[in-house]
Amino acid sequence: MLKKRIIPCLDIRDGRTVKGVNFVNIRDAGDPVELAAAYAEQGADELVFLDITATIENRKTLANLVERIAAKINIPFTVGGGINTIDDVSVMLKAGADKITINSAAVRNPHLITDIAREFGSQCVVTAIDTKFRGNGWFVHIDGGRTPTELDTLVWAKRAEELGAGEILLTSMNNDGTREGFALSITRETASKLNIPVIASGGAGKMEHFSELFSGTGCSAALAASIFHYGDIKISQLKEYLYNEGVPVRI
Amino acid sequence: MIAIIKYNAGNIRSVQNALQRLGCTAVITDDHEEILNAGKVIFPGVGEAASAMKYLREKNLDTLIISLKQPVLGICLGLQLMCRHSEEGDTTCLGIFPSDVRLFPPADKVPHMGWNNLITVKGPLLNGISPDENLYFVHSYYAETGPCTTAVCEYIVPFSAAMQKDNFYATQFHPEKSAGPGEKILKNFIEL
Repeated sequence: MLKKRIIPCLDIRDGRTVKGVNFVNIRDAGDPVELAAAYAEQGADELVFLDITATIENRKTLANLVERIAAKINIPFTVGGGINTIDDVSVMLKAGADKITINSAAVRNPHLITDIAREFGSQCVVTAIDTKFRGNGWFVHIDGGRTPTELDTLVWAKRAEELGAGEILLTSMNNDGTREGFALSITRETASKLNIPVIASGGAGKMEHFSELFSGTGCSAALAASIFHYGDIKISQLKEYLYNEGVPVRI
Repeated sequence: MIAIIKYNAGNIRSVQNALQRLGCTAVITDDHEEILNAGKVIFPGVGEAASAMKYLREKNLDTLIISLKQPVLGICLGLQLMCRHSEEGDTTCLGIFPSDVRLFPPADKVPHMGWNNLITVKGPLLNGISPDENLYFVHSYYAETGPCTTAVCEYIVPFSAAMQKDNFYATQFHPEKSAGPGEKILKNFIEL
């Protein structure tokens, strides 16, 4: 049976992880490679690295980091942040990333999804959508959530699938950082409307949030950052909990 | 020395990285002599069947691959190209395994992406792998089960997760991305 995936996300700036991390047995908590190795060891199913500065000067630093991660890590990983062109994608994949994620660039130029899928295959194009509930619906936001658009989340997600996206990474801005649980309704609607896997993100605060997500939405994976970074929940502990709750996970 | 066949498919570096972690040197090459003289050959790949076969034919790598006598390991698209025919681009493949490759019916999410376990497991490549261990899959097309199937995985339909005929081995999953069990399988291949 295909397992539900647990995906820790690491925010990167200048080749280092940004958030404070409460891990034992790591000499350098800021080194993404060591952190990634620790997560892989704990049973993470995939990893996502997001370059939150994403400037042109940082490209080389990020590519070097991706090379170091690829040499060390034996599970799939995705890289994102400021990817705007086929060349950006090519650099990351050549450095050893398995997938890339695009967000604002895809909204501004939807055919970028098709171009990447044609060149490198759909499996490596994760389209990230930041969504926010405003008045009467869930709308897509871009530029790290700063710029609202009138684009309906479900319409955009379906379009991204048709353009060739291999997965959708759906982050609810209303839930992100609250630790009060994932946005179940929009995740359920998106997952049921699409034929490609949906990764839910935003709002994880305790283990029960993951079981309600997986039992109630049809999403394929859950992404979280802070609860793993601060050591509130260990991935191995979470997966054992989910297993006992009847959620198919890799343990 | 292991030769990793270089062609227009992604994911080749990660195979080399995985072998390096196991202390094994591998070269990425499309040079016929180098491939023929290698102790073992890996035929990896993530990509599209028709364009991959076209590239292999242009470089005469198609006839070279089927003539190889040393252990050969096809991975993902590599496995599919070692079959008879693929629905992807209506492509005639290498014909090593007498199975055809089909698109998953849309009864669930496609691609089949993530960790899945094997139902039946046999043969030296999968030695030590138990049916409850998970491997990492990413694919929209699958090889039908047949006489060369050595492991079955189930997603929408039962399909060939691993195949073998003589010196030709193949996995639909990515051992280079499959954590501990994947490393065990690559080690089995190195030690064949």
